[in-house]
Amino acid sequence: MKHPSLKSRLQVNQNEGLIFEKSSPGKAAWKLPPLDVPDVDPAKLLGASERKDLGNMPEVSEIEIIRHFTRLSTWNYAIDLGMYPLGSCTMKYNPRVNEVVSRLEGLANGHPYQPERISQGALRIIKTLSECLNEITGMDAITLQPAAGAHGELTGLLMVRAYHESKGAARKKVLIPDSAHGTNPATAAMVGYAVENLKSNSRGMVDVEALSAQMNEDVACLMLTNPNTLGVFEQEIHKIADILHAKGGLLYMDGANMNALVGKVRPGDFGVDVMHLNLHKTFSTPHGGGGPGSGPVAIKKILEPFLPKPVVVTKPDGTLAFDYDRPQSVGRVRAYYGNFGMFVRALAYTFANGPDGLRQTTEDAVLNANYVRKGLEGVFDLPYDTPSMHEVVFSDKIQARKGAKTMDLAKRLIDYGFHPYTTAFPLIVPGALMIEPTESESKEELDLFVEAMKSIAAEVEEEPETVLSAPHSTRVSRLDETTAARKPVLRWKP
Amino acid sequence: MLKAIGARSIADLFSPIPAEYRLGRDLKVPRQMAESEIVDWFRERSRENGDGYASFLGAGAYFHYRPVIIDSLISRGEFLTAYTPYQAEISQGTLQAIFEFQTMICELTGMEVANASMYDGSTGAAEAVMMAVRLTGRHSVLVARSVHPEYREVLATYAHHQGLPIAEVPFGKDGRIDVKALENSITPDTACVLIQSPNFFGTIEDAEAIAEIAHKNGAMLAVSIAEAVSLGIVEPPRKADIIAMEAQSFGVPLGFGGPYCGVIATKEKYVRQMPGRLTGQTVDSNGKRGFVLTLATREQHIRREKATSNICTNQALVALMVNIFMTIYGKVGLRELAKQNLAKTAYAAGQFGKHASILFDSSPRFNEFVLETSEDPYAINGRVLGHKIVGGLPLKKFYPELGNASLWCCTELTTRSAIDTAVGVVAESENSIRVDQGESFEEESEVMP
Repeated sequence: MKHPSLKSRLQVNQNEGLIFEKSSPGKAAWKLPPLDVPDVDPAKLLGASERKDLGNMPEVSEIEIIRHFTRLSTWNYAIDLGMYPLGSCTMKYNPRVNEVVSRLEGLANGHPYQPERISQGALRIIKTLSECLNEITGMDAITLQPAAGAHGELTGLLMVRAYHESKGAARKKVLIPDSAHGTNPATAAMVGYAVENLKSNSRGMVDVEALSAQMNEDVACLMLTNPNTLGVFEQEIHKIADILHAKGGLLYMDGANMNALVGKVRPGDFGVDVMHLNLHKTFSTPHGGGGPGSGPVAIKKILEPFLPKPVVVTKPDGTLAFDYDRPQSVGRVRAYYGNFGMFVRALAYTFANGPDGLRQTTEDAVLNANYVRKGLEGVFDLPYDTPSMHEVVFSDKIQARKGAKTMDLAKRLIDYGFHPYTTAFPLIVPGALMIEPTESESKEELDLFVEAMKSIAAEVEEEPETVLSAPHSTRVSRLDETTAARKPVLRWKP
Repeated sequence: MLKAIGARSIADLFSPIPAEYRLGRDLKVPRQMAESEIVDWFRERSRENGDGYASFLGAGAYFHYRPVIIDSLISRGEFLTAYTPYQAEISQGTLQAIFEFQTMICELTGMEVANASMYDGSTGAAEAVMMAVRLTGRHSVLVARSVHPEYREVLATYAHHQGLPIAEVPFGKDGRIDVKALENSITPDTACVLIQSPNFFGTIEDAEAIAEIAHKNGAMLAVSIAEAVSLGIVEPPRKADIIAMEAQSFGVPLGFGGPYCGVIATKEKYVRQMPGRLTGQTVDSNGKRGFVLTLATREQHIRREKATSNICTNQALVALMVNIFMTIYGKVGLRELAKQNLAKTAYAAGQFGKHASILFDSSPRFNEFVLETSEDPYAINGRVLGHKIVGGLPLKKFYPELGNASLWCCTELTTRSAIDTAVGVVAESENSIRVDQGESFEEESEVMP
């Protein structure tokens, strides 16, 4: 089989066992300073609570640790290696200045309970980021406490519930479009709401008539992703908001796709009452192999009394402080104040862009998605031809005739030096290929991607087996996930 | 590119957005800044944020030394800028690291399985309680008042809409859960008892005895561990059914409260009700060892509203810091590290105890103790701060019943000279209370809820 791409090339990398397999007694990578206080006898202090043995914890040297994790790292794909067209995940460049400023001593070593008078730096960061995010979203107030997007959803729905309770009744259900992220219904269930599905229309948008029919006084809110998971802007958003508001309901916006809107349009201006943001998507904080995230929730004035506590306030003398006296608050959703380290990074990103940069970022993200769409139209089936914003969703309909499903195409893409796009989501598109290039990609990288996708489509016609058994260039071939789930091996044992 | 697309302008691409909502102006955010300006701005904030202060604060967030190779390794782009390892073939690095993390957490907690991480200790504890509710089919919860107050607040928020009554069990004179009160409040509907050990006061609970009471009544025992370093020298609660840990102590910066790293560990038989991502070992089509995310049928992207939790993102990069830290200290170093914490704390408690009273002194403790002074601890702390030292956490906002008590923490980084200086201030205060009481530290008293 010929090597498929200009972009990638096989390279030797190192084998590496589990760290436990390298361990032997006497090796160490640590050194403590001599004690400046008298030594103690743990048995005397702890009695029966003393631990005698640490089991199979490893004993290795520093160079072994460096090599171990460096070798492991080379088995990962990453944004730093190339385009990561994961739809809805917004894998954009993670600026390194963010990492530098988040490690400045006073910020990295700040204790959450240190006195406010020596916490003014952290409080200023929280306040400044809050103000920026309120302006960007067009909302009135915000909490930065939630640790991730799903946690933000939880926080948002808790506020929705508290709001309705303050009006007399919590209401019973939450409307969720069939194209929504799985976290939306899971969150609604956690807040004690029943989930009612809302069908999309033939253009992939909320069916406004269906919404009118389903909307009543039992509905607490609609959870809407906009642009939705097809990358389509809900053009009748004003009608949607009106329908909800007319019956006392609220509009919740899942801000996972805010990358398509920043600087161009503000959710607060089109009727959204509450929304979460993912700082690890739109605001460039690193995904880190699956976290940490940060999921601020921005709200309209009517929800302000219900914000999690504490909130940051300015005292008469101009200094900043935490206000815990919030009798209508939904409470706390996390200890301390949230993933502060992510606030620092998101604010650094906002500073690096400013108003012009933020707007251009959005424009470039939408331009890139449309460029990819144009390049692949006709090669892959486009189930909804509604205009795309920051991402485009194709289906595997054409290739599936030869037996190549979206996951097969995605796995083959790995051989071409790209991370797969999002597969089989949204659920309303059978065999979906959900592609989001983000603004970070140059035309050159996008051209390589389009070329790779076309080449894979050609392979499906000419040599489908190559695609069906992909990837061929990775350390491991396709892994047996069924056995992994049926007979779980979740830890190493000697 | 516009030409290729067939658009005349960028504005064309945004035509799906109704004109009346389009933003016709610049966002009112600070102007674009150069990298040097950004660094300067944050440096200024860093200086305003307690830079250069020694500290006796713990209370769920601990200042331990972070070996430098943690940041060298996690800064590699292949870890830092990778996505969740759903595509196993190109994520083996992250997956194997998580597998090792899960293994070490099991070794340290004495549990059989551990997940790939939760947001933090507080949400982890709340999720552990929800898990016990699902496993037992029971609908009420007992929580020790000696559990971190903010963890209890988070649990109350989570439980509020699940129809889960939560009752608090008080602590006794020894600073541990009042066993008699526990026995009296446990009912056939109690799903679990949640304790923390070492608890919020630094006192080690008798988890075995509590487990016996819980199990005798058909309830589970969930144990929160907020100070991970304690596991180096304190026997883990092996009789617990679920352990919810905060692993921040293992190489994660204090970072003004986050991001941290929660973990849930439990028995193998309960794994299908455990929330959060899990990595499992398997083989590829050539029989070669490899790792995948597994048991996803518990999770929201498959089960939607029937999932075990709505959790999606976890704390992978932070878990990697924890992983590297555990690997560095390992079997011998973790114990030695923990022992230094014990020694510093024993010294400090002994010195403070000469001038003021140490509460709960009869119980074993790890690296925190409660000091009761005659004077308001905010006032004392105000003077300690003059020495560029942050004193212990005044407890009256969380525990009004404890009056002028404050919670002090020592780690391996606490110096004898800082201890002696703080002891000196307390001694002076005890010797001349009348003189100092006139001063007002009202501002400080607003710090805590």
